[in-house]
Amino acid sequence: MHSSTTKRGVLPGFGLTMGYSVLYLSLVVLIPLSALLLNSTGLTWEKFWDIATDPRVLASYKVSFLTAAAAGLIDAVLGLLLAWVLVRYEFPGKGIFDAMIDLPFALPTAVAGVSLTAIYSANGWIGSLLEPLGLRIAFTPIGITLALMFIGIPFVVRTVQPVLQDLDAEVEEAAATLGASRLRTFRSVVLPELLPPLLTGFALAFARGIGEYGSVVFISGNMPMKTEIAPLLIMSKLEQFDYAGATAVALMLLLISFVLLLLINSLQRRIRKTAR
Amino acid sequence: MAGTVPMATGQSTTPRRSARKDSSVIKWVLVTAAGLVLLWLIVLPLAVVLTEALKRGWGVYVAAIRDPDALSALRLTLLVAAITVPLNTVFGVAAAWAITKFKFRGRQILVTLIDLPFAVSPVIGGLIYVLVYGSNGWFGPWLDERNISIIFAFPGILLATIFVTFPFVARELIPLMEDQGQQEEEAAVMLGARGFRIFWKVTLPNIKWGLLYGIVLCNARAMGEFGAVSVVSGHIRGETNTLPLHVEILYNEYQFSASFAVASLLLLLALVTLLLKGWFTRKSRH
Repeated sequence: MHSSTTKRGVLPGFGLTMGYSVLYLSLVVLIPLSALLLNSTGLTWEKFWDIATDPRVLASYKVSFLTAAAAGLIDAVLGLLLAWVLVRYEFPGKGIFDAMIDLPFALPTAVAGVSLTAIYSANGWIGSLLEPLGLRIAFTPIGITLALMFIGIPFVVRTVQPVLQDLDAEVEEAAATLGASRLRTFRSVVLPELLPPLLTGFALAFARGIGEYGSVVFISGNMPMKTEIAPLLIMSKLEQFDYAGATAVALMLLLISFVLLLLINSLQRRIRKTAR
Repeated sequence: MAGTVPMATGQSTTPRRSARKDSSVIKWVLVTAAGLVLLWLIVLPLAVVLTEALKRGWGVYVAAIRDPDALSALRLTLLVAAITVPLNTVFGVAAAWAITKFKFRGRQILVTLIDLPFAVSPVIGGLIYVLVYGSNGWFGPWLDERNISIIFAFPGILLATIFVTFPFVARELIPLMEDQGQQEEEAAVMLGARGFRIFWKVTLPNIKWGLLYGIVLCNARAMGEFGAVSVVSGHIRGETNTLPLHVEILYNEYQFSASFAVASLLLLLALVTLLLKGWFTRKSRH
Protein backbone atom coordinates (compact mmCIF):
# COMPACT_ATOMS: atom_id res chain seq x y z
CA MET A 1 0.00 0.00 0.00
CA HIS A 2 2.66 2.43 1.08
CA SER A 3 5.02 1.63 -1.78
CA SER A 4 2.27 2.19 -4.36
CA THR A 5 1.42 5.62 -3.00
CA THR A 6 5.04 6.75 -3.07
CA LYS A 7 5.38 5.48 -6.62
CA ARG A 8 2.32 7.45 -7.70
CA GLY A 9 3.45 10.62 -5.98
CA VAL A 10 2.49 12.20 -2.72
CA LEU A 11 -1.09 13.18 -3.50
CA PRO A 12 -3.86 11.27 -1.74
CA GLY A 13 -7.10 9.87 -3.06
CA PHE A 14 -6.06 7.77 -6.03
CA GLY A 15 -7.74 4.59 -4.84
CA LEU A 16 -10.98 6.31 -3.90
CA THR A 17 -11.41 8.52 -6.97
CA MET A 18 -10.22 5.86 -9.42
CA GLY A 19 -12.38 3.17 -7.85
CA TYR A 20 -15.45 5.37 -7.84
CA SER A 21 -14.86 6.56 -11.42
CA VAL A 22 -14.52 3.05 -12.78
CA LEU A 23 -17.52 1.79 -10.81
CA TYR A 24 -19.77 4.64 -11.97
CA LEU A 25 -18.51 4.39 -15.55
CA SER A 26 -19.25 0.67 -15.56
CA LEU A 27 -22.74 1.03 -14.11
CA VAL A 28 -23.86 3.93 -16.29
CA VAL A 29 -22.04 3.36 -19.56
CA LEU A 30 -20.12 0.12 -19.99
CA ILE A 31 -22.59 -2.47 -18.71
CA PRO A 32 -25.62 -1.01 -20.54
CA LEU A 33 -23.60 -0.60 -23.77
CA SER A 34 -22.39 -4.17 -23.49
CA ALA A 35 -26.05 -5.27 -23.63
CA LEU A 36 -26.01 -4.03 -27.20
CA LEU A 37 -22.77 -5.82 -28.07
CA LEU A 38 -23.37 -9.01 -26.11
CA ASN A 39 -26.53 -9.61 -28.02
CA SER A 40 -29.09 -9.76 -25.27
CA THR A 41 -31.95 -10.27 -27.71
CA GLY A 42 -30.83 -13.64 -29.10
CA LEU A 43 -30.03 -12.27 -32.52
CA THR A 44 -28.42 -14.77 -34.92
CA TRP A 45 -25.94 -13.72 -37.63
CA GLU A 46 -28.45 -14.65 -40.28
CA LYS A 47 -31.20 -12.58 -38.72
CA PHE A 48 -28.82 -9.69 -38.14
CA TRP A 49 -27.84 -9.71 -41.80
CA ASP A 50 -31.48 -9.95 -42.93
CA ILE A 51 -32.45 -6.93 -40.84
CA ALA A 52 -29.35 -4.89 -41.62
CA THR A 53 -29.77 -5.34 -45.38
CA ASP A 54 -33.53 -4.86 -45.51
CA PRO A 55 -34.26 -2.20 -48.19
CA ARG A 56 -36.04 0.09 -45.72
CA VAL A 57 -33.12 -0.14 -43.30
CA LEU A 58 -30.57 0.49 -46.05
CA ALA A 59 -32.59 3.48 -47.24
CA SER A 60 -32.58 4.92 -43.71
CA TYR A 61 -28.77 4.61 -43.50
CA LYS A 62 -28.49 6.34 -46.84
CA VAL A 63 -30.71 9.24 -45.72
CA SER A 64 -28.84 9.57 -42.42
CA PHE A 65 -25.33 9.50 -43.89
CA LEU A 66 -26.02 11.66 -46.93
CA THR A 67 -27.85 14.40 -45.06
CA ALA A 68 -25.27 14.38 -42.24
CA ALA A 69 -22.42 14.61 -44.76
CA ALA A 70 -24.11 17.42 -46.73
CA ALA A 71 -24.85 19.34 -43.52
CA GLY A 72 -21.27 18.86 -42.32
CA LEU A 73 -19.82 20.14 -45.60
CA ILE A 74 -22.04 23.23 -45.72
CA ASP A 75 -21.28 23.86 -42.04
CA ALA A 76 -17.55 23.66 -42.80
CA VAL A 77 -17.86 26.49 -45.34
CA LEU A 78 -20.25 28.66 -43.29
CA GLY A 79 -18.36 27.90 -40.07
CA LEU A 80 -15.10 29.05 -41.64
CA LEU A 81 -16.74 32.34 -42.60
CA LEU A 82 -18.16 32.85 -39.08
CA ALA A 83 -14.86 31.95 -37.38
CA TRP A 84 -12.87 34.19 -39.74
CA VAL A 85 -15.08 37.20 -39.11
CA LEU A 86 -15.02 36.62 -35.33
CA VAL A 87 -11.24 36.30 -35.14
CA ARG A 88 -10.07 38.82 -37.71
CA TYR A 89 -12.47 41.76 -37.54
CA GLU A 90 -13.84 44.14 -34.96
CA PHE A 91 -17.46 45.16 -35.41
CA PRO A 92 -20.36 46.26 -33.22
CA GLY A 93 -22.27 43.43 -31.53
CA LYS A 94 -19.38 41.00 -31.83
CA GLY A 95 -19.80 39.73 -28.26
CA ILE A 96 -23.44 38.75 -28.80
CA PHE A 97 -22.55 37.34 -32.22
CA ASP A 98 -19.95 35.11 -30.63
CA ALA A 99 -22.27 34.00 -27.83
CA MET A 100 -25.12 33.14 -30.22
CA ILE A 101 -22.95 30.58 -32.05
CA ASP A 102 -23.38 28.26 -29.04
CA LEU A 103 -27.19 28.39 -29.07
CA PRO A 104 -27.50 25.01 -30.85
CA PHE A 105 -25.45 23.42 -28.03
CA ALA A 106 -27.73 24.84 -25.36
CA LEU A 107 -31.13 24.62 -27.05
CA PRO A 108 -33.07 21.37 -26.52
CA THR A 109 -33.23 19.55 -29.85
CA ALA A 110 -37.02 19.19 -29.77
CA VAL A 111 -37.36 22.98 -29.63
CA ALA A 112 -35.08 23.33 -32.65
CA GLY A 113 -37.14 20.68 -34.40
CA VAL A 114 -40.55 22.32 -33.99
CA SER A 115 -39.11 25.75 -34.73
CA LEU A 116 -37.38 24.73 -37.97
CA THR A 117 -40.52 22.92 -39.10
CA ALA A 118 -42.54 26.08 -38.49
CA ILE A 119 -40.06 28.06 -40.61
CA TYR A 120 -39.88 25.72 -43.58
CA SER A 121 -43.35 24.14 -43.77
CA ALA A 122 -45.60 25.30 -46.62
CA ASN A 123 -47.17 28.08 -44.53
CA GLY A 124 -44.01 28.99 -42.61
CA TRP A 125 -41.85 32.10 -42.84
CA ILE A 126 -39.47 30.77 -45.47
CA GLY A 127 -41.50 27.80 -46.65
CA SER A 128 -44.32 30.05 -47.86
CA LEU A 129 -41.85 32.06 -49.97
CA LEU A 130 -40.42 28.95 -51.62
CA GLU A 131 -43.67 27.03 -52.10
CA PRO A 132 -44.78 29.11 -55.16
CA LEU A 133 -41.39 28.36 -56.74
CA GLY A 134 -42.14 24.67 -56.41
CA LEU A 135 -39.40 24.18 -53.83
CA ARG A 136 -40.36 22.12 -50.81
CA ILE A 137 -38.05 21.93 -47.82
CA ALA A 138 -40.01 20.52 -44.89
CA PHE A 139 -40.58 16.76 -45.18
CA THR A 140 -37.75 16.37 -47.72
CA PRO A 141 -34.04 15.51 -47.28
CA ILE A 142 -33.32 19.25 -47.65
CA GLY A 143 -35.25 19.88 -44.44
CA ILE A 144 -33.29 17.17 -42.64
CA THR A 145 -30.04 18.72 -43.89
CA LEU A 146 -31.08 22.16 -42.62
CA ALA A 147 -31.85 20.76 -39.17
CA LEU A 148 -28.47 19.02 -39.05
CA MET A 149 -26.75 22.22 -40.21
CA PHE A 150 -28.26 24.03 -37.22
CA ILE A 151 -27.07 21.29 -34.84
CA GLY A 152 -23.58 21.09 -36.38
CA ILE A 153 -22.50 24.70 -36.97
CA PRO A 154 -21.00 25.38 -33.50
CA PHE A 155 -18.73 22.33 -33.81
CA VAL A 156 -17.01 23.83 -36.87
CA VAL A 157 -16.77 27.39 -35.53
CA ARG A 158 -15.41 26.28 -32.15
CA THR A 159 -12.73 24.04 -33.64
CA VAL A 160 -11.56 26.52 -36.30
CA GLN A 161 -11.64 29.62 -34.08
CA PRO A 162 -8.75 28.80 -31.69
CA VAL A 163 -6.48 27.63 -34.53
CA LEU A 164 -7.16 30.79 -36.51
CA GLN A 165 -6.41 32.83 -33.41
CA ASP A 166 -3.03 31.17 -32.88
CA LEU A 167 -2.03 31.38 -36.53
CA ASP A 168 1.37 32.97 -36.89
CA ALA A 169 1.06 36.45 -38.35
CA GLU A 170 4.60 36.36 -39.71
CA VAL A 171 3.87 33.72 -42.33
CA GLU A 172 1.10 35.84 -43.80
CA GLU A 173 3.31 38.90 -43.67
CA ALA A 174 6.12 37.08 -45.40
CA ALA A 175 3.77 35.98 -48.15
CA ALA A 176 2.56 39.55 -48.57
CA THR A 177 6.11 40.88 -48.63
CA LEU A 178 6.95 38.41 -51.36
CA GLY A 179 4.16 39.98 -53.38
CA ALA A 180 1.39 37.41 -52.95
CA SER A 181 -2.09 38.81 -53.25
CA ARG A 182 -4.41 38.58 -50.25
CA LEU A 183 -6.45 35.84 -51.92
CA ARG A 184 -3.34 33.88 -52.86
CA THR A 185 -1.98 34.21 -49.31
CA PHE A 186 -5.28 32.90 -47.97
CA ARG A 187 -5.34 29.98 -50.39
CA SER A 188 -1.77 28.83 -50.07
CA VAL A 189 -0.79 29.94 -46.56
CA VAL A 190 -3.86 30.22 -44.35
CA LEU A 191 -6.16 27.54 -45.73
CA PRO A 192 -3.69 24.62 -45.40
CA GLU A 193 -3.31 25.49 -41.71
CA LEU A 194 -7.06 25.51 -41.28
CA LEU A 195 -7.68 22.25 -43.06
CA PRO A 196 -7.13 19.96 -40.03
CA PRO A 197 -9.51 21.89 -37.72
CA LEU A 198 -12.02 22.18 -40.57
CA LEU A 199 -11.90 18.43 -41.00
CA THR A 200 -12.27 17.89 -37.25
CA GLY A 201 -15.22 20.26 -37.18
CA PHE A 202 -16.76 18.46 -40.13
CA ALA A 203 -16.23 15.07 -38.46
CA LEU A 204 -17.83 16.25 -35.20
CA ALA A 205 -20.82 17.76 -37.01
CA PHE A 206 -21.14 14.69 -39.22
CA ALA A 207 -20.98 12.23 -36.32
CA ARG A 208 -23.49 14.25 -34.35
CA GLY A 209 -25.75 14.45 -37.41
CA ILE A 210 -25.82 10.68 -37.92
CA GLY A 211 -27.15 10.09 -34.43
CA GLU A 212 -29.36 13.17 -34.20
CA TYR A 213 -33.03 12.57 -33.49
CA GLY A 214 -34.90 15.42 -31.80
CA SER A 215 -34.33 18.20 -34.30
CA VAL A 216 -34.97 15.95 -37.29
CA VAL A 217 -38.15 13.98 -36.48
CA PHE A 218 -40.41 16.98 -36.85
CA ILE A 219 -39.08 18.35 -40.12
CA SER A 220 -38.34 15.03 -41.84
CA GLY A 221 -41.92 13.79 -42.25
CA ASN A 222 -40.59 10.28 -41.56
CA MET A 223 -41.57 8.68 -44.85
CA PRO A 224 -40.06 5.16 -45.12
CA MET A 225 -37.51 4.89 -47.96
CA LYS A 226 -37.45 8.67 -48.42
CA THR A 227 -37.02 10.74 -45.29
CA GLU A 228 -36.77 8.13 -42.56
CA ILE A 229 -33.47 8.46 -40.65
CA ALA A 230 -31.78 5.49 -38.96
CA PRO A 231 -32.35 6.64 -35.34
CA LEU A 232 -36.06 6.99 -36.11
CA LEU A 233 -36.14 3.48 -37.52
CA ILE A 234 -34.64 2.21 -34.24
CA MET A 235 -37.39 4.10 -32.43
CA SER A 236 -40.21 2.65 -34.54
CA LYS A 237 -38.85 -0.88 -34.20
CA LEU A 238 -38.83 -0.37 -30.43
CA GLU A 239 -42.40 0.87 -30.51
CA GLN A 240 -43.36 -2.41 -32.18
CA PHE A 241 -41.42 -4.27 -29.45
CA ASP A 242 -39.03 -5.57 -32.12
CA TYR A 243 -35.99 -5.47 -29.83
CA ALA A 244 -33.85 -7.70 -32.05
CA GLY A 245 -34.54 -5.44 -35.04
CA ALA A 246 -33.75 -2.29 -33.09
CA THR A 247 -30.51 -3.84 -31.82
CA ALA A 248 -29.45 -4.87 -35.33
CA VAL A 249 -30.05 -1.41 -36.80
CA ALA A 250 -28.29 0.24 -33.84
CA LEU A 251 -25.25 -2.06 -34.05
CA MET A 252 -24.88 -1.43 -37.77
CA LEU A 253 -25.23 2.33 -37.27
CA LEU A 254 -22.56 2.31 -34.55
CA LEU A 255 -20.27 0.18 -36.69
CA ILE A 256 -20.51 2.37 -39.80
CA SER A 257 -20.06 5.63 -37.92
CA PHE A 258 -17.08 4.15 -36.07
CA VAL A 259 -15.41 3.13 -39.35
CA LEU A 260 -16.12 6.53 -40.91
CA LEU A 261 -14.59 8.35 -37.96
CA LEU A 262 -11.50 6.15 -38.14
CA LEU A 263 -11.18 7.04 -41.83
CA ILE A 264 -11.53 10.75 -41.11
CA ASN A 265 -8.97 10.50 -38.31
CA SER A 266 -6.39 8.82 -40.53
CA LEU A 267 -7.07 11.34 -43.29
CA GLN A 268 -6.44 14.08 -40.76
CA ARG A 269 -3.13 12.56 -39.71
CA ARG A 270 -2.07 12.48 -43.36
CA ILE A 271 -2.99 16.14 -43.83
CA ARG A 272 -0.98 17.06 -40.73
CA LYS A 273 2.04 15.18 -42.06
CA THR A 274 1.99 16.81 -45.49
CA ALA A 275 1.43 20.20 -43.88
CA ARG A 276 4.71 19.82 -42.00
CA MET B 1 -22.08 13.04 -30.62
CA ALA B 2 -23.13 15.91 -28.45
CA GLY B 3 -20.95 18.84 -27.75
CA THR B 4 -19.23 20.67 -25.08
CA VAL B 5 -18.02 24.09 -25.89
CA PRO B 6 -14.34 24.72 -25.29
CA MET B 7 -13.80 27.33 -22.63
CA ALA B 8 -11.43 29.59 -24.46
CA THR B 9 -13.25 31.15 -27.35
CA GLY B 10 -13.74 34.44 -29.06
CA GLN B 11 -12.81 37.99 -28.36
CA SER B 12 -9.10 37.90 -28.81
CA THR B 13 -7.38 41.03 -29.82
CA THR B 14 -5.32 40.03 -32.78
CA PRO B 15 -2.49 42.43 -33.32
CA ARG B 16 -3.33 44.80 -36.11
CA ARG B 17 -0.77 44.41 -38.77
CA SER B 18 -0.86 45.73 -42.24
CA ALA B 19 -0.30 42.43 -44.05
CA ARG B 20 -3.19 40.79 -42.23
CA LYS B 21 -5.54 43.66 -42.74
CA ASP B 22 -8.12 43.17 -45.42
CA SER B 23 -9.47 46.15 -47.26
CA SER B 24 -12.50 47.58 -45.54
CA VAL B 25 -14.73 46.60 -48.48
CA ILE B 26 -13.82 42.94 -48.08
CA LYS B 27 -14.19 43.23 -44.33
CA TRP B 28 -17.71 44.58 -44.49
CA VAL B 29 -18.79 42.17 -47.21
CA LEU B 30 -17.61 39.25 -45.07
CA VAL B 31 -19.08 40.64 -41.84
CA THR B 32 -22.43 41.21 -43.55
CA ALA B 33 -22.40 37.71 -45.05
CA ALA B 34 -21.56 36.20 -41.67
CA GLY B 35 -24.29 38.28 -40.03
CA LEU B 36 -26.84 37.01 -42.53
CA VAL B 37 -25.77 33.40 -41.95
CA LEU B 38 -26.15 33.91 -38.20
CA LEU B 39 -29.57 35.53 -38.61
CA TRP B 40 -30.80 32.78 -40.89
CA LEU B 41 -29.31 29.76 -39.16
CA ILE B 42 -29.58 30.67 -35.49
CA VAL B 43 -31.55 33.85 -34.76
CA LEU B 44 -34.52 32.95 -36.99
CA PRO B 45 -35.33 29.66 -35.18
CA LEU B 46 -35.11 31.54 -31.88
CA ALA B 47 -37.43 34.32 -33.06
CA VAL B 48 -39.95 31.84 -34.46
CA VAL B 49 -40.31 30.09 -31.09
CA LEU B 50 -41.22 33.40 -29.43
CA THR B 51 -43.59 34.67 -32.13
CA GLU B 52 -45.37 31.32 -32.49
CA ALA B 53 -45.73 31.07 -28.71
CA LEU B 54 -47.37 34.49 -28.49
CA LYS B 55 -49.31 34.26 -31.77
CA ARG B 56 -52.67 33.63 -30.09
CA GLY B 57 -52.04 36.11 -27.35
CA TRP B 58 -50.82 36.19 -23.79
CA GLY B 59 -53.86 34.33 -22.45
CA VAL B 60 -53.22 31.20 -24.51
CA TYR B 61 -49.53 31.38 -23.59
CA VAL B 62 -50.16 31.52 -19.87
CA ALA B 63 -52.84 28.84 -20.06
CA ALA B 64 -50.47 26.48 -21.87
CA ILE B 65 -47.81 26.90 -19.22
CA ARG B 66 -50.20 26.67 -16.28
CA ASP B 67 -51.82 23.53 -17.67
CA PRO B 68 -51.50 20.73 -15.06
CA ASP B 69 -49.78 18.41 -17.55
CA ALA B 70 -47.25 21.10 -18.43
CA LEU B 71 -46.58 21.80 -14.75
CA SER B 72 -46.09 18.13 -13.96
CA ALA B 73 -43.72 17.85 -16.95
CA LEU B 74 -41.81 20.84 -15.59
CA ARG B 75 -41.62 19.22 -12.14
CA LEU B 76 -40.35 15.96 -13.63
CA THR B 77 -37.74 17.76 -15.73
CA LEU B 78 -36.49 19.73 -12.71
CA LEU B 79 -36.39 16.60 -10.56
CA VAL B 80 -34.44 14.61 -13.17
CA ALA B 81 -31.90 17.44 -13.53
CA ALA B 82 -31.66 17.86 -9.74
CA ILE B 83 -30.55 14.24 -9.37
CA THR B 84 -28.53 13.90 -12.60
CA VAL B 85 -26.36 16.99 -12.26
CA PRO B 86 -24.95 16.31 -8.76
CA LEU B 87 -24.26 12.64 -9.61
CA ASN B 88 -22.38 13.49 -12.80
CA THR B 89 -20.59 16.37 -11.07
CA VAL B 90 -19.24 14.12 -8.31
CA PHE B 91 -18.17 11.62 -10.95
CA GLY B 92 -16.58 14.34 -13.09
CA VAL B 93 -14.51 15.69 -10.21
CA ALA B 94 -13.44 12.22 -9.06
CA ALA B 95 -12.52 11.10 -12.58
CA ALA B 96 -10.62 14.31 -13.32
CA TRP B 97 -8.69 13.98 -10.04
CA ALA B 98 -7.69 10.37 -10.75
CA ILE B 99 -6.80 11.10 -14.38
CA THR B 100 -4.89 14.36 -13.99
CA LYS B 101 -3.13 13.99 -10.64
CA PHE B 102 -1.78 10.46 -11.15
CA LYS B 103 -0.01 8.51 -13.86
CA PHE B 104 -1.29 5.01 -14.51
CA ARG B 105 -1.64 2.57 -17.36
CA GLY B 106 -4.83 2.79 -19.35
CA ARG B 107 -5.25 6.47 -18.61
CA GLN B 108 -5.96 7.37 -22.22
CA ILE B 109 -8.42 4.49 -22.55
CA LEU B 110 -10.31 5.78 -19.52
CA VAL B 111 -10.54 9.25 -21.08
CA THR B 112 -11.88 7.75 -24.31
CA LEU B 113 -14.43 5.60 -22.46
CA ILE B 114 -15.72 8.65 -20.60
CA ASP B 115 -16.44 10.30 -23.96
CA LEU B 116 -18.40 7.30 -25.26
CA PRO B 117 -21.90 8.67 -24.54
CA PHE B 118 -21.14 11.60 -26.88
CA ALA B 119 -20.29 9.20 -29.70
CA VAL B 120 -23.53 7.28 -29.42
CA SER B 121 -26.89 8.37 -30.82
CA PRO B 122 -29.23 9.40 -27.98
CA VAL B 123 -31.77 6.91 -29.30
CA ILE B 124 -29.20 4.14 -28.82
CA GLY B 125 -28.55 5.59 -25.35
CA GLY B 126 -32.20 4.88 -24.53
CA LEU B 127 -32.22 1.52 -26.29
CA ILE B 128 -29.42 0.05 -24.18
CA TYR B 129 -31.38 0.67 -20.97
CA VAL B 130 -34.40 -1.05 -22.53
CA LEU B 131 -32.15 -4.03 -23.28
CA VAL B 132 -30.96 -4.14 -19.67
CA TYR B 133 -34.06 -3.23 -17.66
CA GLY B 134 -36.98 -3.70 -20.11
CA SER B 135 -39.36 -6.62 -19.53
CA ASN B 136 -37.46 -8.66 -22.16
CA GLY B 137 -34.11 -7.40 -20.96
CA TRP B 138 -31.38 -8.85 -18.75
CA PHE B 139 -32.98 -7.90 -15.43
CA GLY B 140 -36.56 -7.69 -16.78
CA PRO B 141 -37.97 -10.94 -15.32
CA TRP B 142 -36.28 -10.31 -11.96
CA LEU B 143 -37.69 -6.77 -11.80
CA ASP B 144 -41.15 -7.91 -12.95
CA GLU B 145 -41.34 -10.45 -10.14
CA ARG B 146 -40.71 -7.70 -7.65
CA ASN B 147 -43.06 -5.26 -9.34
CA ILE B 148 -40.32 -2.73 -9.97
CA SER B 149 -40.64 -0.78 -13.19
CA ILE B 150 -37.66 1.07 -14.56
CA ILE B 151 -38.47 1.38 -18.24
CA PHE B 152 -41.54 3.56 -18.97
CA ALA B 153 -41.13 4.98 -15.47
CA PHE B 154 -39.13 7.60 -13.61
CA PRO B 155 -35.96 5.51 -13.01
CA GLY B 156 -35.61 4.84 -16.75
CA ILE B 157 -35.87 8.54 -17.59
CA LEU B 158 -33.29 9.29 -14.93
CA LEU B 159 -30.85 6.61 -16.14
CA ALA B 160 -31.12 7.68 -19.79
CA THR B 161 -30.52 11.31 -18.80
CA ILE B 162 -27.51 10.38 -16.67
CA PHE B 163 -26.11 8.47 -19.65
CA VAL B 164 -26.36 11.30 -22.20
CA THR B 165 -25.00 13.94 -19.80
CA PHE B 166 -22.34 11.66 -18.35
CA PRO B 167 -19.18 13.24 -19.90
CA PHE B 168 -19.97 16.97 -19.54
CA VAL B 169 -18.30 17.83 -16.20
CA ALA B 170 -15.39 15.38 -16.55
CA ARG B 171 -14.64 16.63 -20.04
CA GLU B 172 -14.52 20.24 -18.93
CA LEU B 173 -12.29 19.52 -15.91
CA ILE B 174 -9.73 17.10 -17.36
CA PRO B 175 -7.92 19.55 -19.71
CA LEU B 176 -8.19 22.32 -17.10
CA MET B 177 -6.66 20.29 -14.27
CA GLU B 178 -4.05 18.84 -16.62
CA ASP B 179 -2.81 22.36 -17.42
CA GLN B 180 -2.58 23.20 -13.75
CA GLY B 181 -0.37 20.23 -12.91
CA GLN B 182 -0.02 18.98 -9.35
CA GLN B 183 2.67 21.21 -7.83
CA GLU B 184 0.30 23.31 -5.74
CA GLU B 185 -1.38 20.21 -4.33
CA GLU B 186 2.00 18.62 -3.60
CA ALA B 187 3.09 21.75 -1.75
CA ALA B 188 -0.11 21.52 0.33
CA VAL B 189 0.76 17.93 1.23
CA MET B 190 4.23 19.03 2.33
CA LEU B 191 2.62 21.65 4.52
CA GLY B 192 0.61 18.91 6.17
CA ALA B 193 -2.80 19.31 4.54
CA ARG B 194 -4.77 16.16 3.92
CA GLY B 195 -7.19 14.64 1.45
CA PHE B 196 -10.36 16.55 0.99
CA ARG B 197 -8.92 19.75 2.44
CA ILE B 198 -6.35 19.91 -0.37
CA PHE B 199 -9.08 19.64 -2.94
CA TRP B 200 -11.26 22.19 -1.21
CA LYS B 201 -8.59 24.81 -0.49
CA VAL B 202 -6.10 24.34 -3.33
CA THR B 203 -7.68 22.65 -6.34
CA LEU B 204 -11.23 23.98 -6.24
CA PRO B 205 -10.36 27.70 -6.34
CA ASN B 206 -8.34 27.01 -9.50
CA ILE B 207 -11.03 25.06 -11.33
CA LYS B 208 -14.19 26.65 -10.00
CA TRP B 209 -15.26 28.54 -13.14
CA GLY B 210 -14.57 25.58 -15.40
CA LEU B 211 -16.48 23.35 -13.00
CA LEU B 212 -19.47 25.70 -12.94
CA TYR B 213 -19.37 25.84 -16.71
CA GLY B 214 -19.45 22.05 -16.97
CA ILE B 215 -22.34 21.92 -14.50
CA VAL B 216 -24.36 24.47 -16.47
CA LEU B 217 -23.86 22.55 -19.74
CA CYS B 218 -24.72 19.27 -18.03
CA ASN B 219 -27.87 20.86 -16.64
CA ALA B 220 -28.97 22.28 -20.01
CA ARG B 221 -28.65 18.90 -21.64
CA ALA B 222 -30.31 17.11 -18.72
CA MET B 223 -33.35 19.37 -18.94
CA GLY B 224 -33.46 19.33 -22.73
CA GLU B 225 -32.72 15.71 -23.62
CA PHE B 226 -35.27 14.31 -26.02
CA GLY B 227 -34.18 11.21 -27.98
CA ALA B 228 -32.92 9.01 -25.14
CA VAL B 229 -35.75 9.99 -22.82
CA SER B 230 -38.29 9.46 -25.57
CA VAL B 231 -37.25 5.80 -25.86
CA VAL B 232 -37.65 4.99 -22.17
CA SER B 233 -40.45 7.30 -21.10
CA GLY B 234 -43.61 5.62 -22.36
CA HIS B 235 -45.13 9.12 -22.77
CA ILE B 236 -47.62 8.89 -19.94
CA ARG B 237 -49.07 12.35 -19.47
CA GLY B 238 -48.76 13.79 -16.02
CA GLU B 239 -46.41 10.94 -15.07
CA THR B 240 -43.48 10.22 -17.36
CA ASN B 241 -43.64 13.26 -19.59
CA THR B 242 -40.72 15.67 -19.47
CA LEU B 243 -40.89 19.22 -20.86
CA PRO B 244 -39.28 18.36 -24.24
CA LEU B 245 -41.64 15.39 -24.61
CA HIS B 246 -44.56 17.66 -23.72
CA VAL B 247 -43.54 19.98 -26.58
CA GLU B 248 -43.74 17.00 -28.92
CA ILE B 249 -47.12 15.78 -27.66
CA LEU B 250 -48.73 19.20 -28.02
CA TYR B 251 -47.17 19.65 -31.45
CA ASN B 252 -48.46 16.30 -32.68
CA GLU B 253 -51.93 17.27 -31.43
CA TYR B 254 -51.73 20.44 -33.56
CA GLN B 255 -51.81 22.64 -30.45
CA PHE B 256 -49.01 24.70 -31.96
CA SER B 257 -49.29 27.79 -29.77
CA ALA B 258 -49.28 25.70 -26.60
CA SER B 259 -46.38 23.63 -27.92
CA PHE B 260 -44.32 26.74 -28.65
CA ALA B 261 -45.26 28.25 -25.30
CA VAL B 262 -43.73 25.25 -23.54
CA ALA B 263 -40.82 25.36 -25.99
CA SER B 264 -40.21 29.00 -25.04
CA LEU B 265 -39.51 27.88 -21.45
CA LEU B 266 -36.77 25.62 -22.79
CA LEU B 267 -35.50 28.44 -25.00
CA LEU B 268 -35.24 30.57 -21.87
CA LEU B 269 -33.17 27.80 -20.28
CA ALA B 270 -30.84 27.86 -23.31
CA LEU B 271 -30.43 31.65 -23.17
CA VAL B 272 -29.68 31.59 -19.44
CA THR B 273 -27.13 28.84 -20.11
CA LEU B 274 -25.41 31.03 -22.73
CA LEU B 275 -25.39 34.03 -20.40
CA LEU B 276 -23.83 31.99 -17.59
CA LYS B 277 -21.35 30.49 -20.04
CA GLY B 278 -20.19 33.98 -21.06
CA TRP B 279 -19.95 35.07 -17.45
CA PHE B 280 -17.89 32.02 -16.37
CA THR B 281 -15.60 32.35 -19.38
CA ARG B 282 -14.89 36.00 -18.56
CA LYS B 283 -14.32 35.17 -14.88
CA SER B 284 -11.92 32.35 -15.70
CA ARG B 285 -9.74 34.72 -17.72
CA HIS B 286 -9.16 37.10 -14.83
